[in-house]
Amino acid sequence: MNILACIKRVADIGAKFDLTEDRQAISTKNLGFTISPHEECAVEEAVRLVEAAGGSATVLTLGPDKAEEQLRDSLARGIDRSILLQTEGKEWDPGETARAIVDAVQNEETAYDLFLFGNESADTGDFQVGVRVAHALNLPCVTGIKSLHIEDGKAVAKREVDEGWEVYEIALPAVVAVKEGVNLPRYPSLRGTMKAKKKPVDRQTPQRTGADLQMQELRLPPEIKKEAEILGEGPAAAPKIVEVLKSLEVI
Amino acid sequence: MRKFPDQAKVIIIGAGIVGNSVAYHLAKKGWKDMVMVDKGPLPNPGGSTGHASNFIFPVDHGKAMTQVTLDSQEQYKAMEVNRECGGIELAQTEERMEELKRRVASAKCWGIEAELLDADGVLKLFPWVDKEKILGGFYTPSVSVVDSLRAGTIMREKAQEMGALEVFANTEVLDIEVEDGRVKSVKTTRGEIGIEYVIVCCGVWSPRIAEMAGASIPLAPVAHQMIDAGPVPQFAEAKGEIEYPILRDMSTLMYERQAAANLEIGSYAHRPILYDPDEIPSIDEAKLSPTEMPFTREDFDPQLEDALDLLPEMLDHDSVEIQYAINGLISLTPDAGPVVGECPEVKGLWSVAAVWIKEGPGIGRMVAEWMTDGVSEIDPNEVDIARFYPYARTKSHVWARASEGFNKTYGIVHPGEQWLSSRNVRLSPFHARTQQLGAVYFETAGWERPHWYESNKKLLEEYKDRINDRPNEWDARWWSPIINAEHLAMRDRAAMIDLSALAVFDISGPGALDYIQKMAVSQMDVPAGKAVYTLLLNPHGGIRSDLMISRLAEDRFRVTTGGGHGGVDKKWFCDNLPQDGSVQLCDQTSALCTLGLWGPSARDLLASVTDDDVSDAAFPFASARRLRINEIEVWALRISYVGELGWEIYAPFEQGQRLWDILWEAGQQFGVVPAGIGVYGTTARMEKSYRLYGNDLDNEYNPVEASMAKPKVKAQDFIGKEAYLKAREEEPAAVLCTLSVDDHTSFSGEKRYMIGHVPVLTADGAPIIDKKGRRSYVTSSGAGPSLGKFLLMAYLPPEHARVGNKLQVEYFAESYPVNVAAVGSTPLFDPENGRMKG
Repeated sequence: MNILACIKRVADIGAKFDLTEDRQAISTKNLGFTISPHEECAVEEAVRLVEAAGGSATVLTLGPDKAEEQLRDSLARGIDRSILLQTEGKEWDPGETARAIVDAVQNEETAYDLFLFGNESADTGDFQVGVRVAHALNLPCVTGIKSLHIEDGKAVAKREVDEGWEVYEIALPAVVAVKEGVNLPRYPSLRGTMKAKKKPVDRQTPQRTGADLQMQELRLPPEIKKEAEILGEGPAAAPKIVEVLKSLEVI
Repeated sequence: MRKFPDQAKVIIIGAGIVGNSVAYHLAKKGWKDMVMVDKGPLPNPGGSTGHASNFIFPVDHGKAMTQVTLDSQEQYKAMEVNRECGGIELAQTEERMEELKRRVASAKCWGIEAELLDADGVLKLFPWVDKEKILGGFYTPSVSVVDSLRAGTIMREKAQEMGALEVFANTEVLDIEVEDGRVKSVKTTRGEIGIEYVIVCCGVWSPRIAEMAGASIPLAPVAHQMIDAGPVPQFAEAKGEIEYPILRDMSTLMYERQAAANLEIGSYAHRPILYDPDEIPSIDEAKLSPTEMPFTREDFDPQLEDALDLLPEMLDHDSVEIQYAINGLISLTPDAGPVVGECPEVKGLWSVAAVWIKEGPGIGRMVAEWMTDGVSEIDPNEVDIARFYPYARTKSHVWARASEGFNKTYGIVHPGEQWLSSRNVRLSPFHARTQQLGAVYFETAGWERPHWYESNKKLLEEYKDRINDRPNEWDARWWSPIINAEHLAMRDRAAMIDLSALAVFDISGPGALDYIQKMAVSQMDVPAGKAVYTLLLNPHGGIRSDLMISRLAEDRFRVTTGGGHGGVDKKWFCDNLPQDGSVQLCDQTSALCTLGLWGPSARDLLASVTDDDVSDAAFPFASARRLRINEIEVWALRISYVGELGWEIYAPFEQGQRLWDILWEAGQQFGVVPAGIGVYGTTARMEKSYRLYGNDLDNEYNPVEASMAKPKVKAQDFIGKEAYLKAREEEPAAVLCTLSVDDHTSFSGEKRYMIGHVPVLTADGAPIIDKKGRRSYVTSSGAGPSLGKFLLMAYLPPEHARVGNKLQVEYFAESYPVNVAAVGSTPLFDPENGRMKG
C-alpha cells in the first residue's frame, strides 16, 4: 500500500506572539517550527499502516526551502521518501495549495492508495486542502477521523460525535483527514534521525495558479484581562472565600 | 496582596540558583531588609537553572574555580540534594588520553580522589560503551547530580525564615536609577523601590539589567544543545534519577548521562550559537521556557552520530526516541570565568553572573563574604568583574571571545594558549618596531606584548651550548628556545622590553600620604624620588597585590602594576579613596608607555642618550627621576624584575616610538637585543625567585608564607595589619620555595619540561599537605638559563622546606625528581643582588 501524508510547516508558538510589521504574518523571530499536531498523527498513521501492510509512505509539503526540516522530521519517524513543493516563502491559499498537490500527485509514478491529511493546519485553520484534493482527484473523502483501519482493501474510518462514533467504510484510493487522538505519535528515534539524512527529498517548483483568497491583514484579538484576584493570604483570607462561595451558591 | 516595599537595603534580581544562594548567604551574614524579584514564576522562573543538566565534575585545572565547586558540592550535600554517581571523562585519542593524565595531576593538586582507567576499567563502570572506540577514562567518584531548583528553593526559604528576605515573583525590573554614581532605586512592574545595593543575578539577561544602570556585564547568551533520548532498554529497571556514572566523551566534546529511564546527551561541539539578550523571548512568547530556545537539529546531527558510535548498544534501536531537544541558553564570558563583584562603573551595583550550577552556592558564599567583610575565603581575583577593562566589556569583544571559547568548554586548553579573535585591540607605541623585529605577541588585558622575537633566532647559535630545546610538543607549545637566548643576551649585554601594558595610577592630594600608608604594607613616608616595592593586603591579611609605589613629591605618588591585574588594582585603590576628596587617582596607563632597559650595559647605553647623570651615586637603585633623552622627557624608575641593572622608562605615549628608536640606535654598539615577556615574566624572574601575583601569590597564602614579610612593621596602620602581625608571630604552615628539576627524562627517554600546575610529592610519591590542609603544587615553572636549571616554585610545609630536600613532581602520570634549591625568597641567581644594585 502506498500512502501520501501531507503536512505544513508552522511556527511553534508560545502563549503569546507578535505580528510582523506589515501584519501579513506572525513574527517568527526566535520561534522554532513544527508541523500541525493533526498532521503529526497523519504521519504516524502512514508509518503504522505501512509497517503493518507493507508498501511505502511518502510525505509531502508545500512551503519554503526550510520546510525540508519538517520533511526530515517525518522521515526520521519512519516515512520512506519526501516531496517538497518549494515556494518562495509566502503563504499560499488552500485552493492554490490543493491544485499544486494534485498536480504533483498526477505527475508521480507512484499511485497512492491513501492520502492522509491533518484535519486543519495549526496556523490558518482552513480545513480545506484535503477536501479540495479529494474533489479534484474525484476520490471519496472523510474528515475529522479519530480511528482508521484498513480491511480488505477498504478503509474503515471513525469520527467522534456527541453521542458516539460515526463509522465510514470507504473504497481506496481515498482521502482521509485525521485528528489528534487517532494515535499517539512517536518521537523521531536517534537511529531514524540518522537514517533520515540519507533519505531522498524530491524538490519541485510548483507553478502558481492564482489565489482564490486574498489575505488583507492579521489582527491580534484583544488581550483577555486576567480576572484572578488574590483574596488574601493564610487564615485571613477565609471570610472572603466564604463570601465568594456563598455568592456562587456553592454553600 | 502583599504590598511591594518602597524601600529596602538590597534588591536581588533573579531567583535562579545564584540569586537564591546570594540571598541565603547574605542573610546568614546578618543582612536584613532584602527583596528578591524575578520576572518569572517560582520555583522555576525560566532562566538557565531550570534546564540545567545539573551535574558536577569537581576537577578543574584552575585552583579557585575548583575550590568554588567543592564548596558548592558541600553545600548541596548539606541540603541533601547532591547525589553522587561518579563520572568518567573518556578519551578516544592519544592526545585526549594525555589530557586526562593532566587532569589526574590537577586532581592531586586540589586533593580530589580520581584515577585513570583503561578501556576495561571504563566498561566495568559503564558496560555499554563501545570498547573499540575508547582508549581509557578519567574517573572521579565524587561526581554528582544535584537538584539545583530544590536547592534554590531551600536557600530562598531559609533567608525568608530568617526574616531577611521578601520575595516577589512575576515582577519585572524596568529601570535602575543611579545618582552620583551610586544605585538609588529600582523601578519594577510592582512599583519603585529605593535601595542601597542591586545584585544582578540574572544569568543570560544580566547585561540588559546592568545596562539600565549604565554598567556593562560582559557575557553572551550561548546555546548549548541538549537532547533527552529514551527509553533506553538498559535503564528499564532503573529506580532512581541516576545510578550510573556520567560520561563526558571529551574527544567529541559531549556528555551522556542517565536521567531515569532516559539518556541526556549534551554537546559543546556544535558551532557557537549566540543570542542577543534582547532576542530572548519573554516567558509568554516562549514555547518552553525563555532559555530553552528552538532546537536547531542540523547543528546536532554530527553529535548524534558520535553518540550512536559511542553507545550503539544503548542508542541504536528504533525505540530510543528523541523526546526533548533544546538549544539551552548558558552564559559565556570572554575568558569563560564568572563575572562577580561590584561593577566598576556604578557603586552598589553587584554582578553575580555567568555562574554555573556547579558554582552557584560557592559563589553565593563568596559574594556574601565579600560584601560583608570586603574579602572572601576563596580568592575572587579570577572571577572579579574588574578584571575586564572597558574594551573587554564591549559586545564586539565579548561575542568574539564567547564564540571562540564555546568549543573550549570541553577542549584541551594549554596553559599558554592564546586567543585568536579580538586581537590587536591595545597596541603600544613600540608596536610597529617590535613587529619589524618579528615579535611573537601574547595578549594580556588586550595588550599585544612581544613574548619573544624571531629576529633573535641568530642568538640560538651564539648560546647553543646553554639552551635546551623541548622535544615534547606540549612542553614546547606557545614557547620558543629564543626566550632563553634573549635571556642570556640580556644578562651578557642589555635588553629592551616593551612594558607598555603596565598600569599606572598617579595619586595626589593633601591626603595622599595617609591614604597610601593605609593601602600599602611597606613604609611609604619616604623621600620624594624613592621607589618602594610593596604588598597590598585584604582586611584578613591575604595578599591582594604586589606592586611598585614611587613617591613623586610630598603629596604625590605613582603606582605601577601589572596590566593583567591593573583593573582589579584600580578598583581597590578607587574604592578606598577618602570620601572627602582629599586624594585623587588619575589613571595614566593610556598616557604613558613603558620601556624596560636592563643588562650590564644598560647604564652605558642610557648615559649615551642623556645628559643627565645616571651614575649609581646620582641615580641609585629603588629611585625614580626625570631624565631627558633627546627631546623626550621621561620618568625613569631604577628597579628590576629581571635582576639586572636598569630602568623602567616611562614616556609620553606619542613619543614612545621615538624613544624606542633612540635607544635602539644607541644600543647597537652595546649589542642590545629586544627581549620579550618570556624573559621578563618567567625566566629572569624565576632565577630571582620573584613572585608573580595570580600564580605564586593569592589570598590563600599570607605574606609570611610567601616569604614577603618585611623585617620591620611600620607604625602606621594599613589594611590587613592586624592579621599581618598575627601571621608574623606564627610559624608559617608553608613557605614558598624554589625547586629545581634533577632529571627530566621520562620512561620513554624523552626530556620533559613541566608547565602548568603539577603536584609536588614526597620522594615516595605521597602528597605533601600542610597543617592548614593545603597541598603542595607548582605555582610557576620555567627555565633558568643562566643557572642551567629548570625551576619550579611551590609552597612547602616547614619539614619539607629545606635546601637540598629531595622531592618529586608528577607530570603526565610520570614522576620526576626535584630538589629544594632555595627556601623563601632568596634568589638562586645573584643572591647578593650585586648586578641589580651595581
